[in-house]
Amino acid sequence: MTLALETQDLTIRFGGHVAVSAVSCGFEPGTLTAIVGPNGAGKTTYFNLISGQLKASAGKVLLHGKDISGLSAPQRSLKGIGRAFQLTNLFPNLSVLENIRLAVQSRSGLGHNLWSIWSSHKGIIARAEEVLEAVALTAKRDLAASALPHGDQRKLEVGILMALEPDIFMFDEPTAGMSVDEVPVILDLIRGLKARSDKTILLVEHKMDVVRELSDRIIVLHNGALVADGDPATVIASPIVQEAYLGVEVAK
Amino acid sequence: MLNHLLSGDLPRSRVLALMLVVILAGLLLTPFIFPGAKALNVAAKICIFIVLVSSFDLLLGYTGIVSFAHTMFFGIGAYGIAIALTRFGPTWKGVAVGVVAALAVSLVLSLVIGLFSLRVKAMFYAMITLAVASAFMTMASQFSEFTGGEDGLSFKVPELLTPGFSLREAPFLGVSLDGKLITFYLLIAVTVVLFLVMLRIVNSPFGRVLQAIRENEFRAEALGYRTVSYRTSSNVLSAMFATLAGTLLALWLRYNGPDTSLSFEIMVDLLLMVVIGGMGTLYGSVVGAALFIVAQNYLQDLMKLAGTASAGIPLLRDLVHPDRWLLWLGILFILSVYRFPAGIVGNLRLSAWRKRTQAAREG
Repeated sequence: MTLALETQDLTIRFGGHVAVSAVSCGFEPGTLTAIVGPNGAGKTTYFNLISGQLKASAGKVLLHGKDISGLSAPQRSLKGIGRAFQLTNLFPNLSVLENIRLAVQSRSGLGHNLWSIWSSHKGIIARAEEVLEAVALTAKRDLAASALPHGDQRKLEVGILMALEPDIFMFDEPTAGMSVDEVPVILDLIRGLKARSDKTILLVEHKMDVVRELSDRIIVLHNGALVADGDPATVIASPIVQEAYLGVEVAK
Repeated sequence: MLNHLLSGDLPRSRVLALMLVVILAGLLLTPFIFPGAKALNVAAKICIFIVLVSSFDLLLGYTGIVSFAHTMFFGIGAYGIAIALTRFGPTWKGVAVGVVAALAVSLVLSLVIGLFSLRVKAMFYAMITLAVASAFMTMASQFSEFTGGEDGLSFKVPELLTPGFSLREAPFLGVSLDGKLITFYLLIAVTVVLFLVMLRIVNSPFGRVLQAIRENEFRAEALGYRTVSYRTSSNVLSAMFATLAGTLLALWLRYNGPDTSLSFEIMVDLLLMVVIGGMGTLYGSVVGAALFIVAQNYLQDLMKLAGTASAGIPLLRDLVHPDRWLLWLGILFILSVYRFPAGIVGNLRLSAWRKRTQAAREG
């Protein structure tokens, strides 16, 4: 089976600091891989290299076996790499619906159409409304994104990613800062994606119970390097994770 | 029908709708209710600036690009007509050549400026446009055998548009139906059409992407929009409409020189009109242009009246002296920005929206 996504020796240096160091890793379609590691381990930077916000100093990113290292972020997005951001990254003064609608519109390829009225494309609006329903934000559709409470902004962030309908879903701490009763909405969405079994999901997450429940596989980044890779139970139990991630001093 | 004509972007505020109707009616009826050349000139200038300010708002208010080269494109349009009509004589062919040549020059220039410099940060882009605009202004006054230099060019327009042309001998409702009147109504018609075209552009899927880029360029890229190409398109479109506004100016004045269409003063006025009216709303450009130009032309008269009335009062007399009109305009501007940061139209729409949601909540 060809890999949905693969990184080969992916590296980025900022001056003398190596933020991501020769990470080689393949992701099979239909699987959910959790990426864990302490703060500053390079998880978000690794994501940025895959989705194109940063250009690698060395190494390659392959999508369905094709090298996409030379492509820009928008090109990679159109090829099916979808990304939700760790720090909420919305269109603050546009309505909740418009935030989603823009993502649907991007997929429809209508962006350069400057002679039709945006609201005449009913299909796009209908699709945006479906996504809005899925992230439980229908009641707030006309509010400005900046007027939403933090938890709703996180939901909207995930909604935008859903609306892009990518092949590769990259979630960067989707539940960070959410209240306990809001988390299930997001987790159900991720479970739903996983159940479709044609999507590849990458998830950066700190909550170990979430990771244990959702993931098929865990990889561990530490100081920019891939230090462990395997099924959840084994990786969580391994000394290197206990030390690197959970900060437990392992007896020598 | 109206909804379609306005591209689904209705005024959404009764006060605003009333203002727009009053402005349009005022413009249409100017020759009949405000006699004299000055009123007609003010009305014509309002039309030209509605197009120019709207085109600037497309760039500044909708896309979030700060450019100081906008009057350069305005000037290119005006010089296009001036030079073509000087060379070809007062023919329609000359007008056509002038418009097409000016549009071509603006297209190339805005494309080059866009492609080369829209990748840099906003501040540097503003500086680059300032430099290009200054260079262009110097060139316009230096190549005097072509552009007439500092003196500019006076030229004849096709006969239909000249004051000497007469549609019929007898005046209609006390107004003589001459070429100046025909030019005036053509100007209004072109203004309405260009405004509606721009309104369509900002309400198209493309226009929505521009607003997304203004809000969060990084995120727009992550959604798959190539922002450089959108920003460049916006730059080019805005330059095209500014050029057309310039051609209208030259045809109306039958004259063009560096101070009429290129000066930095116009650039500042433009910024004021966009901000007063409300950035990111094309209706704001209409309201801003109309209010500003009326104030610019009649505030001095008003102050002259106040000056005569207060001739005996020492300090007040000096304060309302007609020469102080810029001071008062400045104070009005600061107050309006301070009180209504979203501009007149932004605030009208906001309060109308609040009223509607409150009514909905109360059932």
